[in-house]
Amino acid sequence: MPPLQVDAALSLLQQSGYPLPAAVVGSPEWVQGLIDALCQLSSRDALTGLANRRHFEMVLGREIDRVARAGEPALLLIVDIDHFKQVNDQHGHNTGDEVLKAVSQALLECVRPMDTVARIGGEEFGIVLPNCPPAFGPTVAARLRSNVERRQVTIGLSQQIGVTISLGGAFAPQWVRSSVRLWLERADLQLYNAKAGGRNRAVFEPAALSMVSAEEKGLLFNISEFGASAVDPETGSAR
Amino acid sequence: MNVPTRDTQAPHSRRARITAVTSGKGGVGKTFVSANLAAALTRRGERVLVLDADLGLANLDVVLNLSPKITLHDVFTGKHVLDEAILPVVGGFSVLLAGSGMVEYSRLTPEVRDQLLATIEALTPRFDRVLLDTGAGISDVVLYTLSLAHDVLVVTTPEPTALTDAYATIKVLAATQGRRALLLAVNQSLQRGEGRTIANQLQLVIDRFVNPGLNEPLKLDFVGEVPTDPNVRSAVLKRQLLLELYPGTPAAAALLAIAGRIAL
Repeated sequence: MPPLQVDAALSLLQQSGYPLPAAVVGSPEWVQGLIDALCQLSSRDALTGLANRRHFEMVLGREIDRVARAGEPALLLIVDIDHFKQVNDQHGHNTGDEVLKAVSQALLECVRPMDTVARIGGEEFGIVLPNCPPAFGPTVAARLRSNVERRQVTIGLSQQIGVTISLGGAFAPQWVRSSVRLWLERADLQLYNAKAGGRNRAVFEPAALSMVSAEEKGLLFNISEFGASAVDPETGSAR
Repeated sequence: MNVPTRDTQAPHSRRARITAVTSGKGGVGKTFVSANLAAALTRRGERVLVLDADLGLANLDVVLNLSPKITLHDVFTGKHVLDEAILPVVGGFSVLLAGSGMVEYSRLTPEVRDQLLATIEALTPRFDRVLLDTGAGISDVVLYTLSLAHDVLVVTTPEPTALTDAYATIKVLAATQGRRALLLAVNQSLQRGEGRTIANQLQLVIDRFVNPGLNEPLKLDFVGEVPTDPNVRSAVLKRQLLLELYPGTPAAAALLAIAGRIAL
């Protein structure tokens, strides 16, 4: 076997502040250490040190399997920093980066070790909380929200800025094999609702899905506006 | 967990289209529709199996007048292999009955889930169509069963209670399974065109109350109505297929037409 080309990998790790494997250079242990370090590196966000989107989607997929198999509830939160563009525009991108790091830290402080916090977009974060009962969702979200709100980033000598976050939450459908894409979409939709509702808030997917309101029933039974014999049943909709 | 099967797989590798039949409310003729639809699809040349997925309260055996010795229960408990539980019936299709003693499976435990999944996976290479006749309601077993299907056919009657439950089922499927297309059949329509009217009305309520919250709108695909027909009652009481006992009656013709709409 020709000698391994590892220079690029080593300098990448070094530059990213990752410790190089301790074992004897070239030994199987050393190669394994190198692979492990590269795996670590490829699952982290370079700026914040949180999990990156790639790793996050893998965790989500695993969680969906677990929920489908064991029926334990799991919560997905999508978090977005409110008016982050203004921070960048007014204070510059370096400050924006500091804010991203501060928010990341504030989020990490509020979750359990088993939870995964990831940076999944510019100023967007995802948090997956395994085994989180529906009743706990709003509590966790409130804690995350207030911890971020309290955090101040010092810029220059004494100026302090703070940001708020909006959160959208959706629980994985228990027992049902869902998909990562669908779960993300559902939480994203609630994030959109949180933004539309005025920001700095958390919105969860409503749980009572099977409830049919009086308004819905009213419209459902109001069939007089359609001529009952107007449409031939066999020639109507196209498949 | 494996469901034991004999090595009798169909030579070609195409897998069955899985169509679940559900209703929300019980007593709308879901099992009647499943059984006769199976017969109608069989006449169109499909190899069809109906799986009685109403694990807690199975009654496909009642509709078809069967008293099977070996059921899904025996497969789940490992007493028999799957092949022994597959029953050919008069309409030319096959059935897999839940059997009594399945009450213990009416809750979705990981074991039930795995057994059901393994059973369906073992069936799909051997048929063109697997019809899943689900239980009433929107329990976790029903939702899980529906999640295994390519298509879901919602059966309702014009009764307000049946309509409400069908609508609730549609809402849940849109929200939890990302379904954006559902088949709809209306059973026991009292006048020609009533089924289409109901489908339109359901779509209207969905457009107003459900679709605004979805990334992509949910569309109902109305596949037909089965008229109220005294022959249906007679066939059900005699525990025979309508298509066998009273072919050519309006209800039988309607079921054949629905089969035409969903045929492969």
